[in-house]
Amino acid sequence: MSGQLATALRTAPAPRLVPYVTGGITANWTDYLLAYQDSGADAVEVGLPFSDPMLDGATLQQASDRALARGTRLDGVLADLAAVRDRLTVPVVVMTYANPVVRLGVVEFCRRLAEAGASGLIVPDVPVDELGSLESVAAVAGIDLVLLAAPSTSAGRLREICARSRGFVYAVSTMGVTGERTALDDGALTLASRAREASDLPVLLGFGVSTPAQAARACRAADGVVVASALMRKVLEGAGPDRLARIVADFRAAMDRAA
Amino acid sequence: MTGVHLTAPSVASTAPPTSRMAEPATGGRFGDHGGRFVPESLVAACAEVERTFREAWSDATFRQRLDRLRTVYAGRPTALTPAPNLSAELGLTVLLKREDLTHTGSHKINNVLGQALLAHRMGRTRLLAETGAGQHGVAAATAAALLGLDATVFMGERDMERQELNVFRMTMLGAQVIPVRSGSRTLKDACNEVLRHWVATVDDAYYCAGSVMGPHPYPWMVREFQRVIGEEARAQCAAELPAAVPTHVVACVGGGSNAAGTFAGFVDTDAQLVGVEAAGGAAMTDGAVGVVHGYRSRVLQDADGQVAEAHSIAPGLDYPGVGPEHAHLGDIRRARYVTVTDDEVVAALRRLARTEGILCALESAHAIAWVLRAAGTAELPSGSTVLITVSGRGDKDMPALMAAGR
Repeated sequence: MSGQLATALRTAPAPRLVPYVTGGITANWTDYLLAYQDSGADAVEVGLPFSDPMLDGATLQQASDRALARGTRLDGVLADLAAVRDRLTVPVVVMTYANPVVRLGVVEFCRRLAEAGASGLIVPDVPVDELGSLESVAAVAGIDLVLLAAPSTSAGRLREICARSRGFVYAVSTMGVTGERTALDDGALTLASRAREASDLPVLLGFGVSTPAQAARACRAADGVVVASALMRKVLEGAGPDRLARIVADFRAAMDRAA
Repeated sequence: MTGVHLTAPSVASTAPPTSRMAEPATGGRFGDHGGRFVPESLVAACAEVERTFREAWSDATFRQRLDRLRTVYAGRPTALTPAPNLSAELGLTVLLKREDLTHTGSHKINNVLGQALLAHRMGRTRLLAETGAGQHGVAAATAAALLGLDATVFMGERDMERQELNVFRMTMLGAQVIPVRSGSRTLKDACNEVLRHWVATVDDAYYCAGSVMGPHPYPWMVREFQRVIGEEARAQCAAELPAAVPTHVVACVGGGSNAAGTFAGFVDTDAQLVGVEAAGGAAMTDGAVGVVHGYRSRVLQDADGQVAEAHSIAPGLDYPGVGPEHAHLGDIRRARYVTVTDDEVVAALRRLARTEGILCALESAHAIAWVLRAAGTAELPSGSTVLITVSGRGDKDMPALMAAGR
């Protein structure tokens, strides 16, 4: 029914915070994961860089491009993850697009994620209707397959998504791609509330959660947030793990205050 | 690939309809290919397009409107032109289906008229399109102008440099051309960008895909809008050939829409169906199974699943994927897919021009090039009757050929 990711998020005492880093963005990219953990992350999300990230806005596209330009390969990202798994006590959720999963084969892909210590998987271009064998293969490998819900998701689909998602339900805050925004869409809180009614799992809002204040506001309706572009913009600007630790700590503090 | 696929083949995937180029199986499956691999935020929009297309396609009024536009606006039916000089030289009977004679100069108009009418029916005010060479962009801008819709065309920055004339044509037609600066700055990136934009604009914009690619229902719907090529050619061949049906039907394949439309008219005959890809962009020959731009098919990619760039002298074939129905037709061996090189293509363009006085597009010249190479061999024995779809006219390619000193 549920693995390490589900357990960690279910038992978290406060709003859940899941910060993101693009795997291979720098030579020492796993230091960001450790920094996030030290600053109160409940789980960390690692994006596998991909040539055609169709659901990502400019910041995460650029991060992906930069990681690939450094020669980042899947093997390297997974080896780096395996190397820090003893020091990472929070669960790791991997985000990738469908193509690398299909290319490697679903079984092999999930086996290698598990081997590297990952406990969750997000594949944003595989909607619930297209899961096929991925759902059962991930479960057998001990990987929680996290499904996404969007503001346009009908009530019927939302029930199905909530029933079949594992770990948490990823509520996409806006009809759009990833990227920072000046305000959280009103639809975001509505969707989070709808998802919470439909699910026993924690519901985390993501896409465009850009500031600690927005994260705090999101937690009025959601059980937590995923923060990606706001952090990766800083990484792209050259900010190191220490700087990112402080930013994540600010998110943590704002969310805890609001709780 | 291991034997395990992301999507378990559905029970219906081996049912006969998909092999006859009828409606795809549930979920838009052509055998093991196709589907709707889009973010959750686009699922409802794709479902609405599917629902509206199903209604429209069985609505006589919609069909009549489309037929009339095809006739009075696009210039259909297009001619079937015997190529007597080339036929004599090759020892074949060569017939050319002349999509180059349509309004805007390529088969793309067939598809956009259908989709623009659909957008209109759905109450959308804006067409979104991706374009590589600019032919689909020009066609979409044209249909939008005709039906009073806005058009926003996404085009890779590198393609905009290579196809300046078409960028200008789109602008003249009132379309907004958005340069795509991400990734390789070519067609595949424009395909990503148009989907990114559509996610945020589904309430007022309609995504007008340019080929038999994209999420369900696009591969099926675009093939149905292009089916007119094959149906006309079938009737014209019956009048032209003693055997009524040619022995070979040949078309170029990038995404594969002119080939799909042509093959649809002959899939139920004994004719051999041959799709000709660019050697540098041959997803059917060199690709591995993958998922891009909303569908599962063959894709040029590396061992990690990073999508590769295609390289062809014909910008319309510079695409790393291929329509899912082609992948299926290849799997079941109903069609075969071959490749030709850029040099063969330029030679073929020149030869058709000089023997028949027809200056075809570089894309179309791929189909010609394979016939030139295969004529008189076991692949295409002397005496064969060959239908070749000339998908477009070559005017757009003259600046590039001039610049290359060809």
